Amino acid sequence: MASNSEIRYLTPLSVDTKKKKYCRFKRSGIKYIDYKDPEFLKKFLNEQGKILPRRITGTSLKFQRRVAQAVKRARHLALLPYVTDLMK
Amino acid sequence: MNYYETVFILTPVLSDDQMKEAVAKFRDFLTQNGAEIINEELWGLRKLAYPIEKKGTGFYCLFEFKAEPDLIKKYETAYRRDERVLRFLTFRLDKYAVEYAQKRRERRAKKASETPAEAVAAAE
Repeated sequence: MASNSEIRYLTPLSVDTKKKKYCRFKRSGIKYIDYKDPEFLKKFLNEQGKILPRRITGTSLKFQRRVAQAVKRARHLALLPYVTDLMK
Repeated sequence: MNYYETVFILTPVLSDDQMKEAVAKFRDFLTQNGAEIINEELWGLRKLAYPIEKKGTGFYCLFEFKAEPDLIKKYETAYRRDERVLRFLTFRLDKYAVEYAQKRRERRAKKASETPAEAVAAAE
């Protein structure tokens, strides 16, 4: 199998230059995610009110768990819906 | 003595003084059993994200307090027994949460003191 280096493409492989995802909590130094303000938590939910996966939001595992925990608590207190349509 | 905070929702059907009486009942339960209430917020009537017990709105109330761990079990049974309470959530604050709660209280206090000032400024 010809190794990669020998394969020459006519046009350079134009994968969209993915910008490096970063965990916004580490960067901004947020230590605690409050389950009481739904506005902030909404950034991590999609239109149906489901929690966005890490590969999209780019948050680290440690904070993704805390976000998920906070969202579930907010849902329990009816601050956030379990399922909805066109929430934003 | 750990830091705890409880958010609970009362049914909107209650009249105003019943609402106050219910909040007072839980506040006295805490103070009598040796807990120390740090902060108390009444968010008032808010729309629920989904209907609970066929009701669309609820009266939200937040207590932040320091208490012995074994008091929490009795405290929560008091909530379960009271049918005026639609839902409650007790949460133990770790050190970051305590810091955050502190900052949040100052922000609210500042905002509370600011808005009258703005109103006065606007009035002039």
